[in-house]
Amino acid sequence: MAEKRVDQATGTETVGHEWDGIEELDTPMPRWWLWTLYATIVWGVVYTIAYPAWPMLSDATSGMLGWSSRGQLQQELDAQAQRRAPITQALANTPIEQVSANPQLMQAAVEGGRAAFKVHCVQCHGSGAAGSKGYPNLNDDEWLWGGDLKTIEYTIAHGIRNPDHEATRFSQMPAFGRDGILQAAQIADVTAYVRTLSGAQKPDAAARRGGQLFAENCAVCHGAEGKGDRTVGAPDLTDAIWLYGGDPASITATIANSRYGVMPRWNEKLDPATIRMLAAYVHSLGGGEAMPVDQTAQAAVPADGAKADVHP
Amino acid sequence: MESLLLKTGGWFAIALLAFVGIMLANDSGFAVHMTIVALAALTAMWVGMSRTDYAALARGVLKVPADEGVYDDDPVRWGILATIGWGMVGFLVGLFIALQLAFPALNLGSEFTSFGRLRPLHTSGVIFAFGGNVLIATSYYVVQRTCRARLAFPTLARFVFWGYQLFIVLAATGYVLGITESREYAEPEWYVDLWLTIVWVAYFVVFVGTILKRREPHIYVANWFYLSFIITIAMLHIVNNLAIPVSLFGSKSYSAFAGVQDALTQWWYGHNAVAFFLTTPFLAMMYYFVPKQAERPVYSYRLSIIHFWSLIFLYIWAGPHHLHYTALPDWAQTLGMVFSVVLWMPSWGGMINGLMTLNGAWDKIRTDPIIRMMVMAMAFYGMATFEGPMLSIKAVNSLSHYTEWTIGHVHAGALGWNGMISFAAIYFLVPRLWGRERLYSLRMVNWHFWLATLGIVLYAAAMWVAGITQGLMWREYGSDGYLVYAFSEVVAAMFPYYVLRAVGGALYLAGAVVMVWNVWATIAGRQRDEQPMSMPAYDPARDRPLAAPAPQAAPQPAE
Repeated sequence: MAEKRVDQATGTETVGHEWDGIEELDTPMPRWWLWTLYATIVWGVVYTIAYPAWPMLSDATSGMLGWSSRGQLQQELDAQAQRRAPITQALANTPIEQVSANPQLMQAAVEGGRAAFKVHCVQCHGSGAAGSKGYPNLNDDEWLWGGDLKTIEYTIAHGIRNPDHEATRFSQMPAFGRDGILQAAQIADVTAYVRTLSGAQKPDAAARRGGQLFAENCAVCHGAEGKGDRTVGAPDLTDAIWLYGGDPASITATIANSRYGVMPRWNEKLDPATIRMLAAYVHSLGGGEAMPVDQTAQAAVPADGAKADVHP
Repeated sequence: MESLLLKTGGWFAIALLAFVGIMLANDSGFAVHMTIVALAALTAMWVGMSRTDYAALARGVLKVPADEGVYDDDPVRWGILATIGWGMVGFLVGLFIALQLAFPALNLGSEFTSFGRLRPLHTSGVIFAFGGNVLIATSYYVVQRTCRARLAFPTLARFVFWGYQLFIVLAATGYVLGITESREYAEPEWYVDLWLTIVWVAYFVVFVGTILKRREPHIYVANWFYLSFIITIAMLHIVNNLAIPVSLFGSKSYSAFAGVQDALTQWWYGHNAVAFFLTTPFLAMMYYFVPKQAERPVYSYRLSIIHFWSLIFLYIWAGPHHLHYTALPDWAQTLGMVFSVVLWMPSWGGMINGLMTLNGAWDKIRTDPIIRMMVMAMAFYGMATFEGPMLSIKAVNSLSHYTEWTIGHVHAGALGWNGMISFAAIYFLVPRLWGRERLYSLRMVNWHFWLATLGIVLYAAAMWVAGITQGLMWREYGSDGYLVYAFSEVVAAMFPYYVLRAVGGALYLAGAVVMVWNVWATIAGRQRDEQPMSMPAYDPARDRPLAAPAPQAAPQPAE
């Protein structure tokens, strides 16, 4: 054990301990350090009086300020809801076909829809709404079920092929191969024919045989010219846009096994105003179509009675 | 002979049990782990029975000086080598997963190389394998020197070393195989936890045994810090890992706690892993190596007492700040925050005591690269322990939580404080442990210092910007009252920062590679021909235990 000594460099006395050559100075604690420590302790006591802190027998003190984290969240949500209120109110009271008549309201709806799309839709349709295999691109002017405001709103509200929902959009293409309706060779012929419709390949013998089969099996939904039918969501086969791929292998797979794309119905999760906003946004992306004149006239189709329009 | 029989029989029994485990295993991961255990037990049995002196062989390969009856330094040497080896693995995996975040294709499409499995490999690799080994090794070194006594229970001390390596191997292979309790920093499953408990109790016995046989009247401050680490980690490890195995022959177990209680237990553990694994024992290293390297007395004895007790008292309550704005009741969140803020000064007490120990030796920052590393370590410690209380404030936390800011904060502490002080200790120890006059090259230490510092700065700056950007984007409301950004847009915005972070990590790894080269050349007994830099005097003749009890050597508790 070393003796106490005064350290030359600092002029401070040592405590008199020594371990393996290490000594300790008897420097007092820095005042600023000590006072800051005291200050944080005082602050801590005050803070625990102001905010919920001390556990009691069955509950904890709730704090003088009456603050709670749930309360704070509700306050923030309410504040934003209040900012949205004028638009939400106006949209809730305006049928979608009349929204476009009010450019200011339409613009607000598109902006709100852009925000809602990022939360609810990007997971499938992509952040640029360009879709991917099995998920339609919403930027182009090809629509499976229709591209005017009201039709889009209906699709969003009721979804596609939802189980246990009467009003959902529904159709089902037969699985021509799996269910034994067509033979493999016949499917190859239909594939060849379908590809000639969009000019992807030149007509040949197979395509001619396929044309006959197409007329017998496919034209009922896709139309004699393959232009599709929006009442059953049958896609137009004459353009270069393919939901599941336009190469021979993909088309063969589609004919053989069919497809069964599902979209959630949003009327059980979102309020009508938000659905209207989403419809306005999707409509604004580039492919939005004008409302058919006759449809505007018979605009009041009841939402649940729409089943009659839909193919089983 | 009888004890040999008993030992061999013991290892054989463990190997047999492991074989039974393999036969009855419910899942392939458990079978793989029992195979590892059986191999380890058979190896231990073989080494015990064989006439070949493997220890002597190993000493030859590692060029270890003969034990002159001075201090028991073999486990320290192994520990330093293990530290460096596991450190390189941990840094490399860290760089790889940083690149995975920037370029997801690097997940390679295999479950074994996915981010989710490699991330715990990185965190446990650097915290428990690199950090744990450097702590066990330096604690063995420091406790012997400051008690002027050889290690108590030398065999047990070696068991701790090898047992800990087995724990690391089981944990690491488990992560890759997908065996996990899903508790952050406590991922190993129940049987690995049980094994670590045994090893840890042995560690406690060795450490306390050595303190009890000390030849110094008082217990040095570094040993208080090491002891707080050993005791508290035992408590945290046991409570947080309380679980019921689904089967004795399967790897899966379920926590004894449920819901928010489980979350609170986990973060009580998680935050105290930071406190009692990454703070107090590293402060112990600071309290020994800084005054030794600077050749200066510790700045303030009084400060060391007050900041030690206030630090360990306050730290244990700070965990709930990891659960702000969750299902945890508000009152517990408040207390977690208040204790974290009050913790600010006790944390800084350690930094002040370390930095001010350089009083009268400030010039060494210019001339001694090891001192430079220590100063940088303490500066990052101070920065991280200011940032921590700040991030625990609810208003700040509501922005920073779940963002990259947290990652930046952790790495400022881990790379800057834990890494730098460990590297400094390694550079201090290697020439002394292998009886070399000096390191192969002090100038390479300087290179290591600058590579690591630049790496940390890039890393931390990138993560600060990334985290604040992320937090602001998530909460951004447009003037119309709608959220502006999709989650995926925020992910996309992170790309440049992720790349920058990987560059920082690569620089840090490059510094560590320089260290490996330097340490290897030092052990090989080479000296680089270079202009000398300053280093502390070392007298091997004085570096030995006290032979006879000093007058009045009755053990007294620390004051």
